[in-house]
Amino acid sequence: MTAAALPPALPRIKAPGRGVLHAVSTEAKLLLVGIPVLIWTLLPIYHLCLFAFSDRKSAFAGNLWPADVTIRNFEIVLGQKHYFLTHFWLQMWNSVFVAAMTGIITLVVATFAAFAISRLKVKGGRTVLNMALFTYFIPAAFLAIPMYRTMGLYGLLGSQWALILAMVAIASPYAIWVLKQASDKLPLELDEAAIVDGASPMQLFRLVYIPLMGPSLVAVGTYAVLLAWNEYLYAFLLLSNDRSLTLPVALGNFLSADDSPWELLMTTGLIYALPPAAIYYVFRRYMVSGLTAGAVKS
Amino acid sequence: MSTTAVSPDLGARAVPARPRGLTPWQAWGIALVVPYILVFVLFVIYPVLYAFWLAHEPESYERLFDDPIFFRTVVNTLVFLFVAINLKMAVALLLSGFFLHERWWIKILSVIFILPWAVPSIPTILSVRFMLNPEWGVINQTIFRLTFEDGPNWLNDPQLALFLSMLMHIWKSLPFWTLILLSGRLAIAKDLYEAAAVDGASSLQKFRWITWPSMAQLYLTCALLSTIWTLGDFNSVYLLTGGGPADLTHVLATLGIRYLRLAEVDMSMATIVTALPLILPLVYFMMKRLSR
Repeated sequence: MTAAALPPALPRIKAPGRGVLHAVSTEAKLLLVGIPVLIWTLLPIYHLCLFAFSDRKSAFAGNLWPADVTIRNFEIVLGQKHYFLTHFWLQMWNSVFVAAMTGIITLVVATFAAFAISRLKVKGGRTVLNMALFTYFIPAAFLAIPMYRTMGLYGLLGSQWALILAMVAIASPYAIWVLKQASDKLPLELDEAAIVDGASPMQLFRLVYIPLMGPSLVAVGTYAVLLAWNEYLYAFLLLSNDRSLTLPVALGNFLSADDSPWELLMTTGLIYALPPAAIYYVFRRYMVSGLTAGAVKS
Repeated sequence: MSTTAVSPDLGARAVPARPRGLTPWQAWGIALVVPYILVFVLFVIYPVLYAFWLAHEPESYERLFDDPIFFRTVVNTLVFLFVAINLKMAVALLLSGFFLHERWWIKILSVIFILPWAVPSIPTILSVRFMLNPEWGVINQTIFRLTFEDGPNWLNDPQLALFLSMLMHIWKSLPFWTLILLSGRLAIAKDLYEAAAVDGASSLQKFRWITWPSMAQLYLTCALLSTIWTLGDFNSVYLLTGGGPADLTHVLATLGIRYLRLAEVDMSMATIVTALPLILPLVYFMMKRLSR
């Protein structure tokens, strides 16, 4: 019968069939990983939003989605209409100030250092870099304890500058390291050409180095800003006055009360978490390349 | 090293007339490094030395070892490090393989996946804390709705609470390590996998003979660094359990801060110094790896 004609055709029919089956099973396996990863990642964040957009009753009833979507909580927080929130805008400003100052000072300090080490080849530059990385071998919470005492000795305790300088000390080593990696890649001929034209070191820095380092500077600045904005422990230790607190410390203080207005706490938390998320997504390209440039080397 | 070998020639070319001494280039170099060195000395080196000086009294260790919380804390810390780091790094290694697949939805997922790392810890940890509330939390209310039975009192059981803080820690830091390991995987030459595919290697064999040998060094470096950073993780424990119930879920980081808040500075310093036998070998290995 047709059997004679079939054998040569069989493999040709079967091959794409098996291919499709194989592809489907690969997709299924990927989904089997992807869906749990998505749920795991978003669950705490979803719960945060759920609380922010629900009224107190609905939130405390354990609903999986808001019974009534309301922006009442945002009105209370932004209007500072709760005694926990009387300084909300001031604390928001404090957070902005600390993050911005940390970003600026880190950029200045780290760019100078990276330029000196990488382009001016200052003697002992390599040692400075290795010493700087030592900062990350001290567990953060452990460094915080003597830092608290030293800030007291310096007379900075309670001032926002204590927090800013602590954050600069923590952000700078990574910043210098990323900037040095990037500036090592700039061709030496650029410097030589500038020198032949009679450029001074500072002219070289301003006119040649800075314009070429743009993307790395963005990455480093973003990193420092996010670090300072997100910091809880150092802020919690170094700031004490109600009017100088940053937002995370104010959020932590909610916990000390028994009748904490959790829906307001979550709403404030959501507002506080939005800027870093937005900054991260805007500058993601720069940050990821900076981050991974280091990793492959190690 | 090679960097110092290059330095005279740039300076020499710039100022050929000056044979010895400080060239303006070197002088500028020093002036530009000094701000960072000041920051480093004032806010890293001095605090560290000061900590050692404050912690030199043997009496504070005696008091520390007498505190019943301390022993529990050490055990907690070791368990926390062992479980959290191995779990986190193993999952990060697997997930880095997952994110290697080129699909439009995986690209979107990878963007979402970074969120825990980019977003501050306090709102998300407090969100989880409320989820776990035995009466009002969404988890126990859902359990009750489905089974008509009360769920566990999550944060009131020391072991469960410590485990949940580990999960919190992993939730927060997993994206970072996955990203690092992903970049390690991307650096592996593609033709190695193509050659293996021609030879009919299974995916397990590919992992065993190509991925792992190329990644082992990076994986170990990451695990060591992660150990140091996990030791310094205060938020995951403090904000979720507050060290409770009955101070049974403290780790060294939260215990040190607890003493500091009680104005027991010497005890606080002694607490962190007891971690040195663990930290010093790690720092030694890391320094050796970095200077290679």
